Amino acid sequence: MRWLHQFAIKVRMIFGRAQAGVRLDDELRFHLDRQIEENLAAGMDPDKARAAALRSFGNPALLRDQTRATWSWNGIEQLLRDLRIGARTLRRTPGFTAVAILVMALGIGSNVALFTVVRGVLLKPLRFEDPDRLLVLYEHGTYSAGGGDFPYNLVAGGVYAAWNKENTTFSSMALVRTDEVDLAASGGQLPETLNSGTVSWNLFPTLGVQPALGRGFTAADDSRTANGTVVLSWNLWKRRFGGDPAILNKLIYLDAKPYTVIGIMPEWFVFPDPTAQLWTAVYHQAPETLMSRLDFHSFRAVGRLKPGVTAAAATADLSVISRRLHESQLDDPFIAAAANSRPLLEHMVGDVKQPLYVMLAATGCLLLIACLNVANLLVARATARRKELAIRTALGGGRLRLLREHLMESFLLSVAGGAAGLTLAWGVVHWFIATRHNMARVESIRFDGVVAAFTIGVIVLCALFSGVVSALNADDKRLLASLHESSKSHSAGSERARLRKMLLAAEVGLTVMLLIAAGLLLKSYQRLRDTDIGCITNNVLTLHISLPGARYKTPGPAPVNFFQTLLDRVRALPGVEAAGLVTAVPGQGYMGDFGFDIAEHPPLPQGKGTFAINRSADPGYFEAMGIPILRGRTFGDNQKLDRANEAIISESFAKKFFPGEDPIGKHLRVMGGKELHEIVGIVGDTRYQVGEAPQPMQYYPLYAGDTNYGTLVIRSGHDVESLALPVQHVIQDMDSDLPVSDVLTMDQLLGKSTLDESFDTTLLTGFAVLSLLLAAVGLFGVLSYIAAQRTIEIGIRIALGAQREQVLRLMLVDGLRPALIGLALGLAASAGAAHLIRSMLYETQPLDPPVFACVAATLLLVAALACMAPAWRVSRLDPMQALRTE
Amino acid sequence: MGKPNDLVQGTLDLLILKTLSLDAMHGWAIAKRIQQVSGEVLQVQQGSLYPALHRLEQQGWIKAKWQESETGRQAKFYALTAAGRKQLEAEAANWSRLSAAINLIVSEV
Repeated sequence: MRWLHQFAIKVRMIFGRAQAGVRLDDELRFHLDRQIEENLAAGMDPDKARAAALRSFGNPALLRDQTRATWSWNGIEQLLRDLRIGARTLRRTPGFTAVAILVMALGIGSNVALFTVVRGVLLKPLRFEDPDRLLVLYEHGTYSAGGGDFPYNLVAGGVYAAWNKENTTFSSMALVRTDEVDLAASGGQLPETLNSGTVSWNLFPTLGVQPALGRGFTAADDSRTANGTVVLSWNLWKRRFGGDPAILNKLIYLDAKPYTVIGIMPEWFVFPDPTAQLWTAVYHQAPETLMSRLDFHSFRAVGRLKPGVTAAAATADLSVISRRLHESQLDDPFIAAAANSRPLLEHMVGDVKQPLYVMLAATGCLLLIACLNVANLLVARATARRKELAIRTALGGGRLRLLREHLMESFLLSVAGGAAGLTLAWGVVHWFIATRHNMARVESIRFDGVVAAFTIGVIVLCALFSGVVSALNADDKRLLASLHESSKSHSAGSERARLRKMLLAAEVGLTVMLLIAAGLLLKSYQRLRDTDIGCITNNVLTLHISLPGARYKTPGPAPVNFFQTLLDRVRALPGVEAAGLVTAVPGQGYMGDFGFDIAEHPPLPQGKGTFAINRSADPGYFEAMGIPILRGRTFGDNQKLDRANEAIISESFAKKFFPGEDPIGKHLRVMGGKELHEIVGIVGDTRYQVGEAPQPMQYYPLYAGDTNYGTLVIRSGHDVESLALPVQHVIQDMDSDLPVSDVLTMDQLLGKSTLDESFDTTLLTGFAVLSLLLAAVGLFGVLSYIAAQRTIEIGIRIALGAQREQVLRLMLVDGLRPALIGLALGLAASAGAAHLIRSMLYETQPLDPPVFACVAATLLLVAALACMAPAWRVSRLDPMQALRTE
Repeated sequence: MGKPNDLVQGTLDLLILKTLSLDAMHGWAIAKRIQQVSGEVLQVQQGSLYPALHRLEQQGWIKAKWQESETGRQAKFYALTAAGRKQLEAEAANWSRLSAAINLIVSEV
């Protein structure tokens, strides 16, 4: 029962501490009084009796403290006392406290925010069952006649079918592709174009996910002859169908065809990317030929490894199957001979991994700078309080005790900074999620226990770092010296500021690194945006149209008629200078390629083929986009439906595949087909993606009728955005059920495609500017402090005839030396570290001399400005005033 | 500042426990009692008495109660708990062993 009793005492010592303190005083007074009474009884006079009693009793205050030291929670009580002292000291200097907390908040906040993002996106395991066993499977193609290796190519339907049937290493394997579907208007809601996941029926079981409501696909749903079935995402269900479970087993219309809603996925489920809002069955959606062809690479495959099987063994297993397929049809060069795989997580976040880690490193630097700055401020305070501390040490104040108080101050600053930083991080993370809502795994970013632990860890580290670094300054060997020093110290500042200067140099060095990284990214981004993508980008409007296949069958005349009428009507609108239609405009992405061969050329070696990006365009497209026709002409007016037999190639296509000969009049045979397309023109190169080199491109007539989607481009003399509405009215007028998506000017479209780069650059530049600001504040603070310390010395110098310019130079050199050392260190470190971001740079060398020079100049300028004010003030000193200051 | 040396720490605990085993008493009385019983040999320093009393109380070996003292004032009376009684036995036995051992060494000439 003793522990119970002790527990009761412990509880009492928490809640009855004040009471116990009063009682202790009573107890001691009782003792003293009894002693006095005894002394009185022994015949002493009252004063003497009291004095004698006190003498034998000892120091009551000390006795009280010693007794209290035996109580439970004494350590905590002392801690609270130190806290109170620390808080009081900080409150006395609100300016310093506010600056220090702000600096810490910036450092901690940015780190916590970035860590939250990194953890959510890169570190958290996927929420699928046993995610480590999930692989994304690719074909590994080496078929290009021009050389080249395609280690992570898409999987052809027929290859998947063979893998699925013959493999021995996967417990299950599924297929997925992202498509666009038009959801018809219903219940008063407008039609809209959605991204959908087209998946094999076993995708959900392979991932180990159950629908939240209803059921997933069955093998029976996943066939061409089955009725259409669709699984909705949680968000779409909530947004479009009001979260009503009654939607289950009801029909909705996708691309004008009926689909039964069979299930709703859980809210967290996102696959294959955050834009997919519904899922349909792939064997129901895709034509049989696509599902059985071995050379039409259009899917991603996901496999779940059998227990105990390694990824390498499984890949080898699939490669054996691929090789057999490859060898069974050696005349088709586009059947890959090997397979490849990557972990699912790697596949999903591989692209954002490096930028995120670079950002995290940048915030780490920022935090270090913040800590150095706060340490710097603390050192300044410690120096100002040097005499007080020396006196306390001389009076017997324990060194540990003083250190504790010191640490407590930096601890308080860090905690306050951490709290403010957490608020900041909260805002930043929400902004990040809103800005980057299309980024892989963005949905799994949230504040959780690990983030909380990280925050606490960062706070403690900051407190220890800035506390210990500044405590190093309190050197008690020179205790006596500091007591000896008369208050009229004449030249003391310089030596004492050494630690601060070292901290400053480190701070400047880190700042230089951040500035250089930001500078490189800025330059790279500038290059990216300045690249000529090969067409007019000014005053060009684009919008995406996708005609539902049920009403606009391909191949067939329906889409051709629609597109032709649309272009006629759009071109007739006032303000429209030119208009055209193409499957994808420059900057919109790779989209797809066709294998082809040239009829006039000898056959390629077996197993090798040629391919190039393909586009379908109407005859007016090149003129509308300002893509120059270098030779020949555009498609003829007769190029429609079955009569379409012309092709246009890009300049680099001509160079690559017709070296030293005239391509005009030659014929292309597409995908091993029968028809020949005569090359009638050569047009200028365009880039399919900003930041990618122009690739050979082949154009075919859009009016051949086998395409039912496209991007409409409209060029105007001015103010092209005002045409968006009239054009949409024309489309609505022609088919009121047609949703129009991605209405963007060319500039917006290109901006969107470089969003990642712009985002990374902006963020890193922000960090760099912040750290530059911190470094400037640090320099200013140190020099102001030194100046104040040396006021009398300078006063004497001036009184003795020193020139003011000399004084100015003296002070400037004093302040700029740490900046110069830091700059040198920073430049050296950057030269080593810059290659780490090489893959994020576009047409920019990691050791770009202009960037390095520019950073050095900026830093020197800022440092000089920061030093100028205090140096100037000192050089203008009135010697009489200065000598009178103390 | 330092602890008085005339009573070894552990010994003071033993003396307090032993004294309280007879009756509940307040601090002053405990000091007086130890002094009297030891024939004025042992002087308990107040500087160590109260920390010791509070420590024993925190450990649950003695418990305290405020009640009227012989002079009519409220005083804090300490009494042994059951656990304290056991502790006393253990410490007393320990002490006998220790002092016998020391005796052996000291008396052997």
